[in-house]
Amino acid sequence: MSRDLLIQISYFVTAVLFILGLKRMSSPVTARSGILWAGAGMLVATVFTLAYPGITNYPLIGLAILVGGSLAWWSGKVVAVTNMPQMIALYNGMGGGAAAAIAAVELYRGDTGNYAVTTLAVVGGIIGAVSFSGSAIAFGKLQGLINRSLRFSGQQVINLLLLIATLVVGGMVAAHLNASPTFVTSFFVLALLLGITMTLPIGGADMPVVISLYNALTGLAVGFEGFVLNNAAMIIAGTVVGSAGTLLTQLMAKAMNRSLGNVLFSGFGDTGGTAASGTVSGSLKPIEAADVGVMMAFAQKVIIVPGYGMAVAQAQHKIWELCQLLIDRGVTVKFAIHPVAGRMPGHMNVLLAEAGVPYDLISDLDEINAEFETADVALIIGANDVVNPVARNDKSSPIYGMPILNADKAKNVIVIKRGQGAGFSGIENALFYLDNTRMLYGDAQKAGAELIQSIKAVG
Amino acid sequence: MTGMVALYIFMLAAFTGYEVISRVPVILHTPLMSGSNFVHGIVLVGAIVALGNSHTTLEKSIGFVGVLLAAGNAMGGYVVTERMLEMFKTSGARKGGSGARAH
Repeated sequence: MSRDLLIQISYFVTAVLFILGLKRMSSPVTARSGILWAGAGMLVATVFTLAYPGITNYPLIGLAILVGGSLAWWSGKVVAVTNMPQMIALYNGMGGGAAAAIAAVELYRGDTGNYAVTTLAVVGGIIGAVSFSGSAIAFGKLQGLINRSLRFSGQQVINLLLLIATLVVGGMVAAHLNASPTFVTSFFVLALLLGITMTLPIGGADMPVVISLYNALTGLAVGFEGFVLNNAAMIIAGTVVGSAGTLLTQLMAKAMNRSLGNVLFSGFGDTGGTAASGTVSGSLKPIEAADVGVMMAFAQKVIIVPGYGMAVAQAQHKIWELCQLLIDRGVTVKFAIHPVAGRMPGHMNVLLAEAGVPYDLISDLDEINAEFETADVALIIGANDVVNPVARNDKSSPIYGMPILNADKAKNVIVIKRGQGAGFSGIENALFYLDNTRMLYGDAQKAGAELIQSIKAVG
Repeated sequence: MTGMVALYIFMLAAFTGYEVISRVPVILHTPLMSGSNFVHGIVLVGAIVALGNSHTTLEKSIGFVGVLLAAGNAMGGYVVTERMLEMFKTSGARKGGSGARAH
């Protein structure tokens, strides 16, 4: 069998393993084996690619895989579960950068000899470069390295001009089969800049959507570079991820009741801080953990609404311990998960799964919203925007129209919160000022421990 | 591969991706995003080919960075996804209560 045919067969096997792996990852029962299948596919493709005809530079290839792979392996192993969203952004950006690097090698070499191939290299190059620099900014924001959302007037005009400039220079590169290196360089510089300026103004609350979008974009870029290299494994895997990621991005944007264009171009989260704060009146009413413990111990139904604050404090274990105490006392306990709670869709589910909370106690927004009216206590743990009632009734608020958890309908609302500041998106929360709301200040882990103590004290 | 065949592959792969994810429960959205993040780490094979065919210093340098980044994407994506799904295994068997009490 010729070497080329063998490689083609290995790519075919890889494509099948990837699709079956993703399929298995879409059900909780088989999810764990799904990543193993996909991993086996990756291994097969990589090993057979090393036997590609005409490959040289083996020491360099080996060194790059060793350095890149071991750094990523180490960082992926040590990262806390709460920080996984930004690590996904980081690894995703690396993939986009790699796709852009492939485009760069092909374009600098300038021997593709085919306008269609050069055009695909340019398109994949733009998408990959934007995904690379954009994901890096998203990582910086979630990691707390970049605190402010940079906005200034005329920003969208500048972004638009930058996009046009990138497309024009890219078009010129594609139109000359052998473009000068200066052109190619300025093309990539522009594309990288575009990714940065596009992502900088986007507020923190929208980051999950943005990461998901860049994930889809990287997939597309990989698919396009697959056409350039005539590599079926890259085409199929990249395109599958591109379309799956696009669907996921749409689902997330829909959960926030906003269009993707709105997320990308409206500069959400920065105007809200001052504009919305004037509409909230009343005062914050603090409460002691002991009182909350008694309230919950004698409740019939408690609904827990976890948010990013629970993730930051790593409080999921304490909270589940607390819930088990309540369940033992005969209290009905449910978890209400907003689709965009935390930093990613399903972020809270991952954390609760880590703590060992069974699936059947966890409900989505649609399932649980009618139940808040019958709940004695809604316990908000570090969640903010997803329970803010202004989304229902304040048309001037940037989050107006976003579906929220109706925690304000519960008889008592207890909010565990670190301080008195506004949430990640910078919007004042009207829920905190309601008559039936009490604030339990403190770190979620510490507050959870105090609540456990006070419930045990009730006996 | 001719242009039309490539177009068909693109179309079929796009539908496959859409179908695979359309029945995913919300609880698996993050692991699946992470899993698909791993899958586009296949860019590694392209980066290897690009670096393997490089001759000038410029091409080699860019190709080296490409392979390094791609290996990071694949390895990091795998480790993080596996860690996430590992958690679902323990609670998925409906023995969540006993698992949590061990903490």
